[in-house]
Amino acid sequence: MTTTATLDTHAHARPRGIRRWLTTTNHKDIGTLYLCFSFAMFLFAGSLAMLIRAELFQPGLQFFQPNVFNQLTTMHGLIMIFGAIMPAFVGFANWQIPLMIGAPDMAFPRLNNWSFWLLPMAFLLLIGSLFAPGGAVAGGWTMYPPLYIQGGPGYDMNIFAIHIMGISSIIGSINIITTVFNMRAPGMTLMKMPMFVWTWLITAFLLVAVMPVLASTVTMLLTDRHFGTHFFDAAGGGDPVMFQHLFWFFGHPEVYIMILPAFGILSTIIPTFSRKPLFAYHSMVYATIAIAVLAFTVWAHHMFTVGMPIAGQLFFMYATMLIAVPTGVKVFSWIATMWRGSITFETPMLFSVAVVCLFTIGGLSGLVLAVVPVDIQLQDTYYVVAHFHYVLFSGAAMSIMAGAYYWLPKWTGHMYDEKLGQWHFWLTTIAFNVTFFPMHFTGLAGMPRRIPDYALQFADFNMISSIGSFVLGASQILFLYIVIKCIRGGAPAGARPWEGAETLEWSLPSPLPYHTFEVPPVIK
Amino acid sequence: MRKTAIYLAAMAGVAGQSHAEYKFNLQPPVTPIAHQIYDLHTLILLVCLSIFVLVFSFMFYALYKHRRSAGHKAAQFSQNNTLEIIWTLVPFLILMSVAYPASQTILAMKNTKHADISIKVTGHQWIWEYDYLGEGVRYVSNLSTPRDQIDNKAVKGAHYLLEVDQPLVVPTGKKIRVLLTSMDVIHSWWVPQLGVKQDAIPGFIHDDWFLIEKPGIYRGQCAELCGVGHGFMPIVVQALPPDEYDSWLKDKKSKLTEAAASNAKTYTLAELKTHGEQVYLSRCAMCHQANGLGVAGVFPPLVDGASFSAGPEATAPLVERGFWKNGKVTLGSKEQHLGILMNGISGTAMQPIGQQLTDLDVAAVITYERNNWGNHTGETIQPAEVAAVRKGTPKGASS
Repeated sequence: MTTTATLDTHAHARPRGIRRWLTTTNHKDIGTLYLCFSFAMFLFAGSLAMLIRAELFQPGLQFFQPNVFNQLTTMHGLIMIFGAIMPAFVGFANWQIPLMIGAPDMAFPRLNNWSFWLLPMAFLLLIGSLFAPGGAVAGGWTMYPPLYIQGGPGYDMNIFAIHIMGISSIIGSINIITTVFNMRAPGMTLMKMPMFVWTWLITAFLLVAVMPVLASTVTMLLTDRHFGTHFFDAAGGGDPVMFQHLFWFFGHPEVYIMILPAFGILSTIIPTFSRKPLFAYHSMVYATIAIAVLAFTVWAHHMFTVGMPIAGQLFFMYATMLIAVPTGVKVFSWIATMWRGSITFETPMLFSVAVVCLFTIGGLSGLVLAVVPVDIQLQDTYYVVAHFHYVLFSGAAMSIMAGAYYWLPKWTGHMYDEKLGQWHFWLTTIAFNVTFFPMHFTGLAGMPRRIPDYALQFADFNMISSIGSFVLGASQILFLYIVIKCIRGGAPAGARPWEGAETLEWSLPSPLPYHTFEVPPVIK
Repeated sequence: MRKTAIYLAAMAGVAGQSHAEYKFNLQPPVTPIAHQIYDLHTLILLVCLSIFVLVFSFMFYALYKHRRSAGHKAAQFSQNNTLEIIWTLVPFLILMSVAYPASQTILAMKNTKHADISIKVTGHQWIWEYDYLGEGVRYVSNLSTPRDQIDNKAVKGAHYLLEVDQPLVVPTGKKIRVLLTSMDVIHSWWVPQLGVKQDAIPGFIHDDWFLIEKPGIYRGQCAELCGVGHGFMPIVVQALPPDEYDSWLKDKKSKLTEAAASNAKTYTLAELKTHGEQVYLSRCAMCHQANGLGVAGVFPPLVDGASFSAGPEATAPLVERGFWKNGKVTLGSKEQHLGILMNGISGTAMQPIGQQLTDLDVAAVITYERNNWGNHTGETIQPAEVAAVRKGTPKGASS
């Protein structure tokens, strides 16, 4: 009785309602905020994609003039990357890293609150730029000058939004690195950490390394726009291609920032439902580090058509091909984990198996694109659109879905609706492939990306893609329904709903108490 | 009713044409490099497909055989060093075997030496300009698809969006070197069947080459997002046998001399307006729109009294030239109007578009703009006036 009283005073009666969420320093609350925010952005950016696909349903201009269409594609890209995928993984990190390493919370709880609440401000600016005179950024998420220099005030709003997001990401990453290095339970050595924690640790280093590069690059754009500098203007001694080098020096590691945590989620789920330990844990850790290091050496493969010297093209082609080796190690190890297991197919496992398969398609098309002469034909075509959606939707986004189904019972204390979950899985997977697989063909046949209207020979595949995308979009409403239903009720999950789950969070009750591991667990 | 009927006919036309058009592979190559690219793609695709089938047959076998519902008990192994070394080394060796032929092709692609003909290609928002170096032949190539087809008011033609008024004409069997640059933003000159895609970057010149094996018409598009007209700047290359090419070149030269002569004539308002409308629709309407009303906040209207609001960086240069006051567009002097066309407005999307047009084109389009929609100045501007500006003051009335 007295103990409880002491604990209550210690925890300072928590505020309720909106103040709880504004002032919270609890890693679980902040994780929830991140996940809700990213879900909202996912649906918003997804609906922009529906508008894009509606315009591309048939040749001719039906709904949007090119200026609006270009804003739709640009905003879809920016919001999906910075608003949906990245914050979702930070949400998982906030919930799971303290639980998985036996820490009571993140190392810097107040910074944690700040890093989340910066995000809605950034997106207020970014989405608000749609209503600025001249509209939002319409030059693609890659923001290439000199085109970027031509835009209106919406373009400046975008630059400031990126600054704010960058600060948020850097704070979040420092928090994760410090937490992992300093707050592991006794006995939790680095090489005993769950793969999810490992992948996030490496991701956090990537973020700290490249977000400042992006921030300074967009600042140079800002001064070129308003303060008379000529960093990217040949007329003043600058070089537009230098922007591309700087941007992709951020942009390529960014790709791995969005996929490494997904690898971590897969490496957690696949052993659980195969009822077998993760195959080659050590190699998996080294492969992740290798991917992260190589990520800094391949950026110019996004720029094979800018007129690089032979040595540049050869180097970046070889480096890009090399990155397939550690990525292959990961895929082989997941399959070896399933091999001779005792596999069941709950929704998280279905999503994970699909990710292994579909992500590999994206990886292999990446290998096709790495071959410089072939890339010359495919650069800036729908083939590239197909490639990065196989990596980012069926790689990152579907891993996030897998992770959500996997941990929702732990977070909410309720089981999700398994039947609806499986419906969501099949609808998503089939519609995804109907949408994006034909884009390989339209790209090979010669359709450039980022065009609002196209020649007639591309009409059939575009119609198929559009139909697929509408089903894909609608299926995510079902996902929203399943998540809300699970939060509101459902069969009690119990501490360990997945019999094969081994990580620390499953030793705690579901739903989790507000504070966990106030006394560190002992790791054998 | 009639409009609907045309619309439906247009849609039916699309559906009719697009059937049997499922294309699954790269377009048929017509240059040595494009052939190599085609074969390289086939090679890497087969490698990837075999890896995929091999690897995933293991996964699907495990999913089927090692499922719990089939009563399979989990083994507990989690390591096998031999296996790990094999699956690190084998992919490495496979990749080396692809990298070798790819490197050979790269070396061939980059060898632009000993070209028979050099053509400078300049990207503009949103047209291509071709300059046959040493021949004095220079012209621009515009999209020729009528606006009504884009707006679904007319049936789309077979080469919808991939057709131009004047294609790039080259002889077969000769090594053609293209030198690419841009006047404004980055474009990319891409003709799939030639195996050429090279960015055109303002302030820099990059070169590439092709040698076309058989006569024909080869179509491509700009491949780098360059603004609102990005989807509407196609490239058409017409390859002729060398003798036909020679007579084309001769013919082109004499036509250009004729055009120069037409610049010396004086035209009536009506003649200028008729010609000006064509120039306007092909060159100006993409931004300022066919009705001259522009796009709110981005591209200003050209109609006296039309309201337009945008940031000071867009309105200040207009005020300076007498084209904007208190939220409304005003009609400045024709000298300033000419200055804008010849010099552009730096820092905005308005390019020195007059530099790519003939004196007659510039004169006609300015006359058209000043005597159309709500503008009734009654002024004409003659080609001679344009020629004077072009010669005299390269920097123009206002910078």
